[in-house]
Amino acid sequence: MTIQFNTETFRDDYSFRNSDWAIKRFPFPFHEDSYMYSVNMEQHRGGPAGSVYEKRFDVDEHYVSEMADRAIVLAEDPLRCQSLPHMTLAGWDTLELIMVSKSEDYPDLFELHRDGDRWRWINKPMGIDHTFTFLDETTLPCGPLEYITRQAQGDYAVLDQRGDMLYMDAGMVTTQADWSLDFDIGMDFFEWHAPVPLAHEMGIFKRALKFLLNIQQGAPARRLNWTMTVNPLLDTSPENYHKWGVQKTTLTPENIGAKQHLRVELQTFYRLPRSNALLFPIRCYLIAFQDLVTVPKWGRRLHRVVRDLPEELATYKGFIANRPLMLDYLSRYDDGLPTSPGIWPDLETEPPLQT
Amino acid sequence: MSKFQFPPSISSRPVYGTLEPRPGKAHLMIADAEGAEALLDLAASDAALFANAHIIYIPKDTGETYVERLRALGPAQFYVGPSYAASVQRIRRVLSDAHMGLQVYLAGTEGLMGQAQNEAMQAGIPHGAIQTEHRGSVARRMQCVHCKGITEDVTTDPFVCSHCGLNLFVRDHYSRRLAAFQGVCIDAEDPGNVPEPVELYK
Repeated sequence: MTIQFNTETFRDDYSFRNSDWAIKRFPFPFHEDSYMYSVNMEQHRGGPAGSVYEKRFDVDEHYVSEMADRAIVLAEDPLRCQSLPHMTLAGWDTLELIMVSKSEDYPDLFELHRDGDRWRWINKPMGIDHTFTFLDETTLPCGPLEYITRQAQGDYAVLDQRGDMLYMDAGMVTTQADWSLDFDIGMDFFEWHAPVPLAHEMGIFKRALKFLLNIQQGAPARRLNWTMTVNPLLDTSPENYHKWGVQKTTLTPENIGAKQHLRVELQTFYRLPRSNALLFPIRCYLIAFQDLVTVPKWGRRLHRVVRDLPEELATYKGFIANRPLMLDYLSRYDDGLPTSPGIWPDLETEPPLQT
Repeated sequence: MSKFQFPPSISSRPVYGTLEPRPGKAHLMIADAEGAEALLDLAASDAALFANAHIIYIPKDTGETYVERLRALGPAQFYVGPSYAASVQRIRRVLSDAHMGLQVYLAGTEGLMGQAQNEAMQAGIPHGAIQTEHRGSVARRMQCVHCKGITEDVTTDPFVCSHCGLNLFVRDHYSRRLAAFQGVCIDAEDPGNVPEPVELYK
């Protein structure tokens, strides 16, 4: 299908909206009626037609507006994109992977014509037609990582692998769940995850690291992660927390359905061919509670997950103060019926809400 | 002076050891204030080390307390500086002239050790090969995550950013590259509701 790109904002007037298409394909992150940390990895080799899993780098109706929002963030704070000196080759690897994947997966939107190291890249939604020399930085307007990730939805952490450890040595981070690339750059895997509660004690990060170190070229992996965001704000950065934090206090029983968003990260992991670095795209999807509960199974399940989540996790995810308000709203969409296993909406088989 | 035992914390927070003599062609020792005591203890276990030692010492508010005792260890080079900032060019020069076999010893406050460790890392020495020992003040070097300004010698939580004036809480999340802990606005979700500052670790 041809995607109709929205003109919308993720700040100020928050005109962001999901179409019915975007709601149905939303990556709902709960496969059962409760949630706890796990190393929930699976192979990233496509998925059901139309789902966010289908393509290597999903492009949706928010693409053009998300890239405009990224440009605003970078103009205000160029430190959101950084690359330590030894990571330039990994930046080229990233550029190649994204250009090749997008041109193959979305031939109507993107074209890549390669004649030796002379490459022509056409990005139709963003109106870009650029010829450059692969591996020659002087032929790009900025570094290769910044160049391509200004044209690709989601954040990108580029992890160098040395001595059985991963290091956060480059990235483009403007749609993050409250972490700072500028602060964390150069840290090892355990250090940048240090502030996460409970998961260290559970051995989650040791197992995750072991898995990630062994990811091979051509065999990417994926997982979902989630948090909560008031207003469809992409840039929930620590840098700007003193500006957006107060928005959490604006929820009321009347506006919560429109204002409160479930924020889901589709995290994927790719081994890069020349640098042996690991590319870690973190794609953010937002959905308003009022849209989410139009899928009866998701409404039932989200209520149960939020209700039963350990206090420590609700605090870490930043919604402990709003949890009572969220439960008041969500309980109206939970009739107590059982839910089908798995994350898919199952609209044809799950019963409508019983009132 | 007894050594302060930092409570167990998250994995990005630095941990410090006890300086011990290691074989090397040259020994670079950087200390501030009570960090001098760690060097004196080091000398007690191996005085011969100091014949090839370069001591860079910033007394801070200890004044002359330790200076003559350090000089009496007979280091090959001895520099007493008025501040870390004043000594950093010298530290860079020493590190750029260094050869294989240099041992680095850092002692004193977290801010001093963090910044000197950062210089040594930039010179190519892995942080795990640098010895550290905490002595003296438990004050922290904090970076405001909002304005990126550094506030030195923070002793309370919360504290006021010396640059942008926001009220920040003191996290244990630490960046070796910045040689600083992270300070985050404490009243972002309830402007004006700032708890009374309490002394760190109290």
